[in-house]
Amino acid sequence: MSERTTPARRLTAVVAVVGVVALGAAACGGTTKNSSSKDSSSAPTAASTASADPGAPLKKGLTIAYLPKAVNNPYFTTSDTGGRKAVEAAGSTYKEVGTSSSTDTAGQVSYVNTLTQQRVDAIAVSAQDPGALCTALNQARKNGVKVVTYDSDTNAGCRDVFISQASSEDLGRTEVQLMAEQIGNKGRIAILSAAQTATNQNTWIGFMKDELKKPQYKDIQLVKVAYGNDDAQTSFQQTQGLLQQYPDLKGIISPTTVGIKAAAQYLSGSKYKGKVQLTGLGTPNDMRAYVADGTVRSFELWDPAKLGALAAHTAIALVSGRITGAPGQTYTAGDMGTFTIGQDSTVVLGKPTVFDKSTIGQFNF
Amino acid sequence: MTMTAKPAPAPAPSGAAPGGGLLDRVLKVRELAIAVVLVLMLLATQLDNSAFLSEQGIKDLLLNATILVLVGVGQATVVITRNVDLSVGSTLGVTAFAAGEFLRGGGNPLLAVLIAVALGAGFGVVNGLLVSLGQVPALVVTLGTLYIIRGLDSIWFGSRQITAADLPAGFVSFGRDGLGALPYLAVLTAVVLAAAAYYLRNYRSGRDMYALGSSPEAARLAGVPVRRRILAAYVLCGALAGLAGALYLARFGNVDSGTGSGYELTVVSAVVVGGVAFTGGSGSLYGAALGALLLTSINSVLPSIGVSSVWVQAIDGTLLLLAIAVDRVVALRVAAVLRKRAAQTRSAHHD
Repeated sequence: MSERTTPARRLTAVVAVVGVVALGAAACGGTTKNSSSKDSSSAPTAASTASADPGAPLKKGLTIAYLPKAVNNPYFTTSDTGGRKAVEAAGSTYKEVGTSSSTDTAGQVSYVNTLTQQRVDAIAVSAQDPGALCTALNQARKNGVKVVTYDSDTNAGCRDVFISQASSEDLGRTEVQLMAEQIGNKGRIAILSAAQTATNQNTWIGFMKDELKKPQYKDIQLVKVAYGNDDAQTSFQQTQGLLQQYPDLKGIISPTTVGIKAAAQYLSGSKYKGKVQLTGLGTPNDMRAYVADGTVRSFELWDPAKLGALAAHTAIALVSGRITGAPGQTYTAGDMGTFTIGQDSTVVLGKPTVFDKSTIGQFNF
Repeated sequence: MTMTAKPAPAPAPSGAAPGGGLLDRVLKVRELAIAVVLVLMLLATQLDNSAFLSEQGIKDLLLNATILVLVGVGQATVVITRNVDLSVGSTLGVTAFAAGEFLRGGGNPLLAVLIAVALGAGFGVVNGLLVSLGQVPALVVTLGTLYIIRGLDSIWFGSRQITAADLPAGFVSFGRDGLGALPYLAVLTAVVLAAAAYYLRNYRSGRDMYALGSSPEAARLAGVPVRRRILAAYVLCGALAGLAGALYLARFGNVDSGTGSGYELTVVSAVVVGGVAFTGGSGSLYGAALGALLLTSINSVLPSIGVSSVWVQAIDGTLLLLAIAVDRVVALRVAAVLRKRAAQTRSAHHD
């Protein structure tokens, strides 16, 4: 088929192309059972029982696909750009696909299926739903694709490793610590969250409540958790409602980037500016104006670029066989240092970064 | 607003001359009902929480409503002609971003607002031409442009966003300052509302839109330039969505390519709650504005009295159904009264 020495080179090329297409079609038409059994035999490391070889050479020329919750979302663009730099520095190919809506779970599932068919080496995915992606992701893993979740996890059985932006416990506790410092350990505070069903936010709020039980915070009273649904107008109105309902409110913690910037925009244009403290999770670009005008003293977040990069290093280590995702395994993530896989095959990026007037200038995301 | 001016010599919507005054009165009662509900709700909230109608509280209520009122006025004009514009949310998003990009480059704030209005009007022209020339149902056409404009938004802006730090201080403070409890944005909105309502009520071309919505065929036979009027309604709607986009930028100081997603449904709800019939030909812009004010105020009332925001959507939906039910009952009653009168005049003539 690949003989090209005949004079009718063009014709041969056409025949060759047709042949390849036909082969491809045949492969697609073949049952998944056949292709998966063929794959698992050609990729013995796919089985989770395989043991890790920490000394294995890092493979190059891999294809690592990023599937964020939503493309065109500034946060995921930053994280995936961090991932792209790490992938390309390691001599592999980066690609990013995804839905434009962060609630299009069916769309995300079909992207997983497409990536599986394209035989990428690893998928780094931020899951829109913990359970909905499981079937598709496990199908991918059966076909030898390594799956790393970042930012938002699936159920633990559907991926190899989860890269957590920071431990939920750290995030919840440090937000309370920031707030306590700003209001002098005394007064009523409220929380402005995203949707009532948001898993991340609810976990963090749980740790906030736990942190508030400590004796040094006995004079701080959490009066209400409000939900702004990650919508600017709703977050505005929820903030207004909190301030009207509790005129002596000292501070608001908003563990969502949409909520905190809406609350900051409202506070900065109201009579409450500077009197009611605001902290939580925000991005430096969003919050720059409000830190400059004194509405917000400090807030925190992880560095999404590092999150994306750690996902890349982890994916490459998985494909190379240095790790399998079992708890206790240790690996080096490029220039980011050494990480250990913890419980539930989770790797934690580290403590959140605090941004205030003096440090915010160093960040651009 | 409720001047006892002589009734405009309008082509009576339902084609019954003696009922003109009655219909007018009914419509006023319809608006009055929303106003009463609104006032009662605000007063009850004030009794529960005395901070609600403070200077800051009133200012917030007005500011919360301005953007929805503006888009609602444009939407109501289109709905009166028996059409609908579902692309307003996308238009709002893209115009807000365009204004933001211009301002980030050091542009003049006034010019930025004009750019947003012109861009919105441009989308209005496209919608209007498709609907009027293509003779395709507006629901489908504008559903298409909703996705197209949102797609342009995503392609053009990608993951970039405009934050408050990119905007000139004067522009941001225009979005939140005012004279005491009266924000500048609310003043601007009130002027736009009054002008558009005056046009629809008192100009021949404005009345044409009602005629068109009541019965497109009859309006055509009566010599109403149907295509021009529909085009005009869409251009007004697009321009106001553009203006709303610029004001959104000023108020929230933050825009990305998802801004305004799903807003069209809120706008349509406000218009219908405000008594603008979806079958065209009846309702007023003041009603639509009141509907918008009512819906946004509910979203402020609930948190202020400590009710969970989960209830907001259910309450909005109930209001919507209630409004439609009231409209239906009123329409049947009016029709009955008109029939009775017509029968009386007929029998009087025969005697």
